Amino acid sequence: MGFKGTLRPGLVQLRVLDFDETLNFYKNILGLDEVCRTGDGRICLKGYDEFDHHSLTLRLADEAGLDFVAFKVGCPDELEKMKRDVEAFGYPVDTVEAESDQPGFGKRYGFTISTGHRFEIYSEVKLAEKGPMVKNPDIWTEPPRGMRAQRMDHFLLYGPNIAEAERFCKEVLGMFVPEVCNTPDGNRLAAWITSSNKPHDLAFVEYPQPGKIHHLGFYLQDWCDVGNAADWIALNHLKLDIGPTRHAITRGLSIYFWEPSGNRIEVYAGGYTAYPDNPQRVWDSDQLGRGLFYYSGEVVPSFLEIVT
Amino acid sequence: MGLSRRGDAADMGQKTYQIMVRDTNKQFVCGEDEFVLEAMKRSGCGPVHYGCFGGGCGVCKMRVVLGKYRIEKKMSRRHVSEKEERDRIVLTCCIKPRDDLIIARV
Repeated sequence: MGFKGTLRPGLVQLRVLDFDETLNFYKNILGLDEVCRTGDGRICLKGYDEFDHHSLTLRLADEAGLDFVAFKVGCPDELEKMKRDVEAFGYPVDTVEAESDQPGFGKRYGFTISTGHRFEIYSEVKLAEKGPMVKNPDIWTEPPRGMRAQRMDHFLLYGPNIAEAERFCKEVLGMFVPEVCNTPDGNRLAAWITSSNKPHDLAFVEYPQPGKIHHLGFYLQDWCDVGNAADWIALNHLKLDIGPTRHAITRGLSIYFWEPSGNRIEVYAGGYTAYPDNPQRVWDSDQLGRGLFYYSGEVVPSFLEIVT
Repeated sequence: MGLSRRGDAADMGQKTYQIMVRDTNKQFVCGEDEFVLEAMKRSGCGPVHYGCFGGGCGVCKMRVVLGKYRIEKKMSRRHVSEKEERDRIVLTCCIKPRDDLIIARV
């Protein structure tokens, strides 16, 4: 196992306002596969290139937004050690029993971090029935649909005290921080954090209200697929926020839009290869426009201000 | 004037209504099968920002001062409480007109 601590973000539960247009978006436009439905009516989905049981659960609710994010840990022993580390850090931990609210998932430990988000960790999850091939594998078993999202990639969370959240991700989850943005007085405005070679598994922006999600990101193959995603946005009259563009931060090729329940989605390709021993990239907040949108160099107000 | 999602309301033979924005004293036309925010964006005379167009983000929140309307898409309770909904506060991306309307910023 090359990674220490968490392997990746493996599960997100989002609140949506309907299961008609919104589910159609996730399945037929973004291109995820529906895996199963829970007894209480939630819907579990995954990307065609993901091995684990599912990576996204949609819950019908009165408001859009994020219920929780969960990170996969390498093995049960590591999970138990991490649980003790979370408690030692000062966050009370609860237990979600195996095969309870998320089909296919083993035991999960949950806790709330400084930004007001519920994080969970788990080590055991069944493989999906319809996962990628492994024996002399073809690139896919069925032609990918719509935007051809391969997998869930990352999320950007807004909330208070991201300095503590960043420290928690490093000290307890075993992550590192390839890129940050600071205010003129030296405080953190944003941090991009990863447990792997991806430039970010998650990111934080400092924000007074707790528990907000800015966007959930899905991975595409390349720049051509970002253009293909733009076509699907236009064809289906989804509301575009920004793009296609490139980030200087992470170097990702990107487009942002809102799904029919108002959760912002990014589809994303590329990005640099992150290593924990590389120097950290540091942005001044007055340069954030170029950092976010390298071509225009301008921050778009809707991008910074609208969260769910 | 650009086309709305279903084509220009008048061209499509849809019934149309006049929507007056009280804050700016400007009017725009909205088809009976068109969300008010879509028509406002097309007309370029809205006083609110345009966000998710899905009832989730809350930036298009306004009050309908006068006139009948239908809520045709779920509005996030985070942004419009039940009391506000009774007080004719809406997300304009979720309502369609059934009358000429007067709307105002909240």
